[in-house]
Amino acid sequence: MVDNAPKLSVRNLSVRYGDKQALNGISLDVFPNEIFGIIGPANSGKTSFLRALNRMEEFDANMTVEGDILFEGQDITAIRNVYALRRKVGVVFPLPVGLPMSIYENVAFAPKLAGIKKKAELDEIVERCLIRAALWDEVKDRLDALGSLLSGGQQQRLTIARALSQNPELLLLDEFSIAVDPVTTMRIEDVLKELKEEITIVLVTNLVQQARRLADRTAFFLESELVETAETEELFSGVVKDQRTRDYVEGRFG
Amino acid sequence: MADIAIETRDLNLWYGTFQALFDVNIQVKKGMITSLIGPSGCGKSTLLRTVNRVNERLGYVRTTGSVDVLGQDAFGEDVELARLRKEVGMVFQRPNPLPLSIRDNVLFSHRIHRGNAKASKSDEDVLLEDALRQVLLWDDVKDRLNQNATSLSLEEQQKLCIARLLPVKPSVLLMDEPTSALDPKATAALEELIWSFRGSYTILIVTHNMAQARRASEDCAFMLLGKMMEVAPTADLFLSPQLPETADYIEGRYG
Amino acid sequence: MSLFARTGLDEHNRRVEWLVKTLFLLMTVLLIIPVALIMGILIQRGAPVLSWGFLTEVPTNGMTAGGIFTALIGTVWIVAVALLASVPIGVAAAVYLSEYAPDNWLTRAINLAIINLAGVPSIVHALFGLGAFVVFFGFGRSILAASLTLAVMTLPIVIVATRESLQAVPHAFREACWNMGATRWQTIRRVVLPNSISGILTGVILEVSRTAGETAPIMFTGAAAFLPFLPQGVLDQTMAMSLHLYVVSTQVPDVPDALPFGVALVLISMVLVMNATSIAFRIYLRNKRKW
Repeated sequence: MVDNAPKLSVRNLSVRYGDKQALNGISLDVFPNEIFGIIGPANSGKTSFLRALNRMEEFDANMTVEGDILFEGQDITAIRNVYALRRKVGVVFPLPVGLPMSIYENVAFAPKLAGIKKKAELDEIVERCLIRAALWDEVKDRLDALGSLLSGGQQQRLTIARALSQNPELLLLDEFSIAVDPVTTMRIEDVLKELKEEITIVLVTNLVQQARRLADRTAFFLESELVETAETEELFSGVVKDQRTRDYVEGRFG
Repeated sequence: MADIAIETRDLNLWYGTFQALFDVNIQVKKGMITSLIGPSGCGKSTLLRTVNRVNERLGYVRTTGSVDVLGQDAFGEDVELARLRKEVGMVFQRPNPLPLSIRDNVLFSHRIHRGNAKASKSDEDVLLEDALRQVLLWDDVKDRLNQNATSLSLEEQQKLCIARLLPVKPSVLLMDEPTSALDPKATAALEELIWSFRGSYTILIVTHNMAQARRASEDCAFMLLGKMMEVAPTADLFLSPQLPETADYIEGRYG
Repeated sequence: MSLFARTGLDEHNRRVEWLVKTLFLLMTVLLIIPVALIMGILIQRGAPVLSWGFLTEVPTNGMTAGGIFTALIGTVWIVAVALLASVPIGVAAAVYLSEYAPDNWLTRAINLAIINLAGVPSIVHALFGLGAFVVFFGFGRSILAASLTLAVMTLPIVIVATRESLQAVPHAFREACWNMGATRWQTIRRVVLPNSISGILTGVILEVSRTAGETAPIMFTGAAAFLPFLPQGVLDQTMAMSLHLYVVSTQVPDVPDALPFGVALVLISMVLVMNATSIAFRIYLRNKRKW
């Protein structure tokens, strides 16, 4: 895997909100078709990292980003059409965000933005994405129902379906299981393992065991810094460079 | 039973039509540290908030079953909430010092509960020093007691939030993820502090950090989807959980 | 004796609590009394003149008899034109301030200006309208000049109501859309505006009742004391309910006692009906709310 060209190459990335440093000099590579785990306690900069990848600073005057982010070798700050970038990058948030529109419209939203108008084509995308997100069977008879009224677990699968509707090459997940029941969590984890065959996934998680189950490689963030990146197996078998990583993985804090 | 500080029997709780607790039964032993663990939304914070009845402020909360605190029915007709909450202190996830001086924060509840009775400055000084010493904050703040409490670091703020409960001499302390906003060093310091309270106070602590439950509690209760699954001495619960759900959770299969 | 039983201190606290609560309740009741009195007196004294003819006939006999038809229709004209001017401007400005404007001194200055605009006395607006719309833009004394004056005066209502309802839409929805590659405008049009429409409409209806009731701003700019015919276009003058009430109460001799009360009753009923509509509509839309 490592001999591939990286899908995502981050060099010396820093993020600030006003005077507050959220991320300090992060460098890492994410390779195609891997699940890249990011673990770390609250406020360690994990979410800021994801936000920077999608150039969210454009919507947040308070946020400044420094450093280089290369997506398939291309500097994303130099990409003129950032909307096209964001369409290639799907995002799933900690709390499920079913948009206040029907289930169908939720999934058809991004394709419509991309200019797809034909009903048959949209129907096909909606069905395919809902099946992939393991939600189709539960909602196929009520696609007109409001997405925001589904249960938390269903809404989270809806947001995954919505992210997939963009045909993303990179899927970013931010603590997706925080408000989701155990059964749904396991179903989504299975979905992710399948998706890995086609796309690259960055998985931010507050559950170290989830990173252990899913991630090929895992990075440990602490207090705005990257402590280390390692093969997940090594990280959990105690082959760590930094004592703090061991402390965290073993639950000494967080 | 003299050695039980909190006991719930068949406790059910609804927020409107949503049922958050299902027939919860638990006995919390006096002077012990008991942790409540379980995935988000399992009802552990709800249970905690039922013990000192802060949930009721939300008008749409309905409960059945009983909660006994120190052998008295907490929902009894003659229960005065101020008395109950004096006996049962609460620490929150985010430190929430009042926008007053360090001194006024610590003495706040004492002043409320003493009513019109005059207390001399020297009496207050004794209470203040004693409370701050108990939370290991005295040496750090003794020269700036008139400074605004919100200017303290998060760790100091959380210690202060514990200190301000102490002058009214509570017997039960409820803590809702008290370290989740803190960094590793502060977490360790807080855990050490809580551990030192063992024997002096009955402590019920909600935590999402299994290792913290393991390190810093003597009994451990596991909740799932509003139900009390398993209560046992912490070491037993982690070494030989009785239920597969408990085992799955402590091994991090979900959360 | 139970451990948690009430003590003397608790008894004292309860008494103080009861006293304070009762005092505040009393103040609230005091607030309602004038409203109830106004309505009571208006109904009692104005009801005798109310009839179908009162609403559909032109004033006659030097405004001492007949109906209020021309004033009623004139008010509808003035309100409609004022809305056409202020709603697009107000909503657009609110969208800009809420969704686009950076948080800098200019934005803060604009927000301050809007609050100040709401505090300017209506007679000052009247003089401004006279100078700007009647004289400078040359609209003369007309519905257009009167309505634009009212539009300027009520802009803050629309802007503030719209801005608040936009900000009530959870930020997470916007982030979700942006992350899918939607532009700001796509996000506003497809998610933010459809979900804040109830608040915007509430603001508009509030504005309607305010516009219908104002007297001073239209007195100098387009409302006439007496015109026995309806306006044919926005450059005509017109009668209006609020000014008519002023005129029959103070300027015309030998008006039957009940007549001004009847006019006031119709005017206040219009406003109340609009407010009730606003509340009903808000409840309806809130029940339809999607999150």
